Amino acid sequence: MTTHPRQPRSPQLPRLLTSVEPTLDAHHQRFGALPEITKPELISALDAARLSGRGGAGFPSARKFASVRGAKPVVVANGAEGEPLSAKDAVLLMRAPHLVLDGLELAARAVAADKLYLYVPAHAAATVGRALGERRRARIDRHKPTVVEAPNTFIAGEESAVFSRIEGGPALPRDRTTVAAISGVRGRPTVVNNVETLAHIALIARFGPHWFRSVGDPDNPGSMLVTLSGALTKRGVFEVPTGALVSDLVERCGATDPKTVRAVLLGGYHGRWIAASAFDSTPVSGVGIVHALGRHECGLARTAAIADYLADQSARQCGPCRTGLPRLATLLTTLAYDSTDHTCVSEIRRLADLVDGRGACRHPDGTARLIRSALDTFSNDIEHHRHRRCESAVSAPPVKDERCSAKAATS
Amino acid sequence: MIDEALWAIGRGTGVMALAFLTISVALGIGTRSGRSLFALPRFAVADVHRFAALAGSILVLLHMTLLFFDPYAQLRFVDFVVPFLGAYRPMWQGMGTLAFDLLIVIVLTSLLRRRMGVRAFRAVHWVAYALWPIALAHALGNGTDAYRGWFLAFAGCCALTVGAAVVWRLRGDFTEYAEVRMSGRT
Amino acid sequence: MKSPARRQSRLHIDWTRCDGRGLCTELLPGVLARDPWGYPLTRDGSREPAIPAHDLGDAHAAVARCPRLALSLITSVPKTHRRGTLAT
Repeated sequence: MTTHPRQPRSPQLPRLLTSVEPTLDAHHQRFGALPEITKPELISALDAARLSGRGGAGFPSARKFASVRGAKPVVVANGAEGEPLSAKDAVLLMRAPHLVLDGLELAARAVAADKLYLYVPAHAAATVGRALGERRRARIDRHKPTVVEAPNTFIAGEESAVFSRIEGGPALPRDRTTVAAISGVRGRPTVVNNVETLAHIALIARFGPHWFRSVGDPDNPGSMLVTLSGALTKRGVFEVPTGALVSDLVERCGATDPKTVRAVLLGGYHGRWIAASAFDSTPVSGVGIVHALGRHECGLARTAAIADYLADQSARQCGPCRTGLPRLATLLTTLAYDSTDHTCVSEIRRLADLVDGRGACRHPDGTARLIRSALDTFSNDIEHHRHRRCESAVSAPPVKDERCSAKAATS
Repeated sequence: MIDEALWAIGRGTGVMALAFLTISVALGIGTRSGRSLFALPRFAVADVHRFAALAGSILVLLHMTLLFFDPYAQLRFVDFVVPFLGAYRPMWQGMGTLAFDLLIVIVLTSLLRRRMGVRAFRAVHWVAYALWPIALAHALGNGTDAYRGWFLAFAGCCALTVGAAVVWRLRGDFTEYAEVRMSGRT
Repeated sequence: MKSPARRQSRLHIDWTRCDGRGLCTELLPGVLARDPWGYPLTRDGSREPAIPAHDLGDAHAAVARCPRLALSLITSVPKTHRRGTLAT
């Protein structure tokens, strides 16, 4: 790998978020120009770095590029981020668009791509457009990406929904019989990378796999962006080593006493609830999203609100999801706000099992995962609710027909 | 005497064709309901629907071929595809031709269903709702037995069958799971 | 002498088309059950259930009969026989 003569110092932590100015000059000053790296060099560097995707699935990036088979491959940078609890992609695109665009250019070289797409929401389009303009004038890219606007829906970032939208249709999932590496956009071999993954690729190409692996979990190394929200003193997007524990994020990044936190929703609306007792044994994995539920808030009420949102966000193309998710939301609302018996919980479990795995995309699967984890993590509270009490209002007298004092706000 | 035989069987096959096409339309509506009907499992409802259409189509072809050779009908080959050019009762005859044209379209698209995709196939298949009344009108207008009691009774049964099926089609509880699937949200 | 790779047929359901009409559940009762809303439920819990050899005829019939064209049969070679290294 040829290195740039006046190479800037490799960043420790933060890495991606050292950028403050989104301009090309600031980018080159901080990180240096994109090195001339060949396709086999790049793939071998990514393989040695053990970089895995930062979009949630965590698939090894080198394998993903190597599995592309066929003519006229397509590369897509996915910045859709339909998850309301996540802001990392938006922040990255605003602060370091050139890292993402470097990564996209590298990805294009890695698969000898014919077409490049940037799939970003409306609010990022202007920044991305400006960055592309700068690069065009500086003539640093061999390829010219097309920007496609992603709608602001939860499932807009789902892989087949991305393909559909790029092809000019609606951003709704499609039936899949082959993997994207064989058939994606317009039937061509396609690689979709989360924008954060591309940013890491841009840095690995400059500073090497050894540098990349110097922080984080040895099995899945590097840094990752995590969005903190909820009942925390400090909220926002932070860059942490992979394998960081939930307790670290709450205490150090969130500047919050963990004793004030009832539970944490890890991984967003398709993630799982982590009880306070498990904070220091649970690393952040999947999508970097940590949403804290305060002691004064009710986990069941919050889950009911999330389930309601998820039911609403269903593409409504597939029977089990379209029929089952609204029923699950209704049952959870009943569980959270009315006094119920144990059949409610078993009915919720039965429905969660019924929708899981039965649809064109993983929306029902993720919803089922969230709901099951809520039933497990808040099982004590379920008992309280049956007696018209709530753990979040322990000091308050038992409620009659009022909802418990928690504000079940959707973020 | 051959002429009379041709004339009789030619018309007879027409009547039988109408019977089978009536069954096909009714069962086509039945297939849409997703229900098991008359002790037939669902896949059999679909199969009998297709069989009746096939039988009806064959009878239509026989009907046309036999009458082609019958001098009384005065049919030329062009009358098989282009409607309203016939010498004998051109308007009613033309309806028969029109019905046959529609039948060709329906049969061909049914055979090519997988290639066309569901939406295109359904759009074309709806033409069946036009085909059947046109075929019935042709039978009543063109048929020389149309004034006979037995034929009127038969035509009445066909009309009743399709009419009942259509009325059933328009009900809210037509499909088997329609009510169960209505959203559980209040 | 190696025996030839046996190709396993799997039933693929296009959920965006499926309307739960139930023809497939009648033709493949060993492979598919029906959920309370009429949609097919795979008995083995997988997304693409394997079709045993004796059910292949019925499986082809189900694929042809589905009024929504929601079914297809996918043949895959079992993993032990897969050639190539980096196929995902």
